[in-house]
Amino acid sequence: MARKILTEHINIPGIESFDVYRQQGGYTAVEKAIKTMTPEEVVEEAKKSGVRGRGGAGFPMGMKWGFLAKPEGVPRYLVCNADESEPGTFKDHHLMKSIPHLLIEGMIISSFALGANKSFIYVRGELMYVIRILEKAIEEAKAKGFLGKNILGSGYDLELIVQPGGGAYICGEETALLESLEGKRGNPRNKPPFPAVKGLYQSPTVVNNVESISNMPWIINNGGDAYAAIGIGRSTGTKLISASGHIQKPGVYEIELGLSVDEFLNSDEYCGGIRKGHYLKALVAGGSSVPILPANLITKTANGEDRLMSYESLSDGGFATGTMLGSGGFIVFDETACIVRNTWNFSRFYHHESCGQCSPCREGTGWMEKVLHRIEHGHGSMHDIDLLVDISKKIEGNTICPLGDAAAWPVASAIRHFRDEFMWHITNPLEASQPGAVYQGEMALV
Amino acid sequence: MEEIKPQLIKITFDGIEVEVEPGTTIMQAARKIAEADASQSALVPPAMCYYKPLPTSGGKCRACLVRVAQGSAKDPRPMPKLVPSCITQVQEGMVVENTTNQAVLDTRKSIVEFLLINHPLDCPICDQAGECHLQDFAFEHGSAKTRYEEDRRTFDKIDIGPYVQLHMTRCILCYRCVYTADQITDKRVHGVMNRGDASEISTYIEKAIDNDFSGNVIDVCPVGALTDKTYRFKNRVWFTKPEDAHRDCDKCCGKVTLWYRGEEVIRITARKNTWGEVNDFICNTCRFEKKKTSDWVLEGPTKVKRSSVISTNKYRSDLVKNPDFALKLAESQYKKIDDSREYVTDEEVVRHQSIENNDKANHRSLLAKNN
Repeated sequence: MARKILTEHINIPGIESFDVYRQQGGYTAVEKAIKTMTPEEVVEEAKKSGVRGRGGAGFPMGMKWGFLAKPEGVPRYLVCNADESEPGTFKDHHLMKSIPHLLIEGMIISSFALGANKSFIYVRGELMYVIRILEKAIEEAKAKGFLGKNILGSGYDLELIVQPGGGAYICGEETALLESLEGKRGNPRNKPPFPAVKGLYQSPTVVNNVESISNMPWIINNGGDAYAAIGIGRSTGTKLISASGHIQKPGVYEIELGLSVDEFLNSDEYCGGIRKGHYLKALVAGGSSVPILPANLITKTANGEDRLMSYESLSDGGFATGTMLGSGGFIVFDETACIVRNTWNFSRFYHHESCGQCSPCREGTGWMEKVLHRIEHGHGSMHDIDLLVDISKKIEGNTICPLGDAAAWPVASAIRHFRDEFMWHITNPLEASQPGAVYQGEMALV
Repeated sequence: MEEIKPQLIKITFDGIEVEVEPGTTIMQAARKIAEADASQSALVPPAMCYYKPLPTSGGKCRACLVRVAQGSAKDPRPMPKLVPSCITQVQEGMVVENTTNQAVLDTRKSIVEFLLINHPLDCPICDQAGECHLQDFAFEHGSAKTRYEEDRRTFDKIDIGPYVQLHMTRCILCYRCVYTADQITDKRVHGVMNRGDASEISTYIEKAIDNDFSGNVIDVCPVGALTDKTYRFKNRVWFTKPEDAHRDCDKCCGKVTLWYRGEEVIRITARKNTWGEVNDFICNTCRFEKKKTSDWVLEGPTKVKRSSVISTNKYRSDLVKNPDFALKLAESQYKKIDDSREYVTDEEVVRHQSIENNDKANHRSLLAKNN
């Protein structure tokens, strides 16, 4: 069995209550951090652990904390990004509803490290019942003296606020989240200035993912070096993967980074293989935003090396033959899945969720969706394929926030790897526009 | 006491060196070059959303993206992405490429395309035609044809108060009017609703802006989305004659431009600078109610500088400079019919496809109705 950091106690009955969580060694990390360590030492442990942001970008968390500006007399804020809305990703939801105290413990440690006296958990608006679970957990922690004024007699105050979002995907982008938290329209801000300098209410702010923060209790208890020993290379620690699609056992799995994709996909401990009688066609490895991979590039990289579940190995080969670990939304397609229809579906999502602030994303996502709709429903022409590639290139990198990139990558990669399937849709419009019709030709190669 | 001057920063913009104060944006540095030497005005990045009199505007339309080939003298690495020049501040030793970089020009062309796909292109009946920033932008940087085949978004016209009409269909969502309403008027009743390409400028729950400075949203609008109801369909801009004038006004500076048709004042706007930005905002009394020459002290004809077709042959400069331009245009339009579809010889397939093609038009209109 692989080592579990986040989900070790997740199946213990009643773990969502304070008492059971405490019995399992909960809140010892808070005691250790607040009583025996200085905030600088906590930041140092986070840096040593090498834990990378689990929200998608994979930026080292300790380094992000190090960038936080610390001017005198200005409050600092920690914001936990629990606005998990990426199609295919559902790990934070699972973590928060099952073991809410882990996040709260992590928030206390992280806020202490950053010197924040008011911290926020911005939860996706659709998860109202999770918000109630978190609020109950916060009340319990407050009653036991782990939150509120003068925590554990140390003189450190922390107020933890749970804020429901309005249900917009864009509010998962950190600056849009801050705008939304301030009560404004959730439009991403232009960067620089970065939130570490001017964030929430123009004060220095750190925004971290639920999973990143939930790693902190373990790091404090066992040391950053012990955490860095897990995993491979610069991908340290464990990662929650939300596996879905045509596999035997969909669900949330905690893996040590560096596990091979083949093992994750086929071993009975994890996904349990493709569903019976079918074979693998494509994989989206990190949530809908990352490039899709065809079957021949999933278990082996273009160089013939084993593909591993790590930030580096998955992005091996760049976007030509690689993808990204992203937020860990592992979506598997077998040969019954239509890539064109799937790409259209993703594209429809990004069109719907674009905030409409900057022109390439506002107009480009809608355009791509319409062209894909046309191809999928048998009204496409050959130059539409090149048009799609061109639109995606013009959106990518020219927008305020990464939503434009996230909308462009799936389309560009689907055409890169499955161009013949798009062509089949165009040359066989009547057949392709039937419900459930799927291209049965040669498997796409690079 | 001797005044301490701030250290000037030297940057290179398209190969031209310019010294500016710290905190200046790349856009302002480029405008400084053009103001010193009018022949260089073509290298200033276009601005559709940025408006200097409105702080915090800019960064949205991406029309002014430029490439920073060298971040600063200290850190000579290039910036990884194109940056919006209107909000990116200059650094000592920065090297910026605008018209000298093909990637920048290609991106700008695509931004025109993006802005135009949901724009109705009803310039022949639009009051803004002739002084429209989008028209200038598309003429200078865009392509002559569109690749967009689908329906464009449409909205109903909305009256905002007694003087202003919002024609949302033409809007390019630059947010200038929202910032104006935020910063010039004191009650925030004007904002953006909905998301993505369904976003619309709105006064909350259709509430009229009954503010003395509400008319300024007409001046800041780069396109014909916000128009003057007292001027709608009165005249084409290029047939009117602008005159600078002023009056004593207790609310605003009273410095305006009067637009004459014959002896009649048909429109009053604030005075605009070379970059199409108003110098001083004016009040609604000056703008809408003082439409008689006797109300004003005339100062003489307005100097028409950059963005106006009132200067002769502005949109035909290519024709004037190169007589064979029309010939080349025709050649590029009609000889390069781009159809990369495979040539089909199978009779069965051909028949099948022609039936399909005949159905397409009907089918599409049906689809549009169903969606």
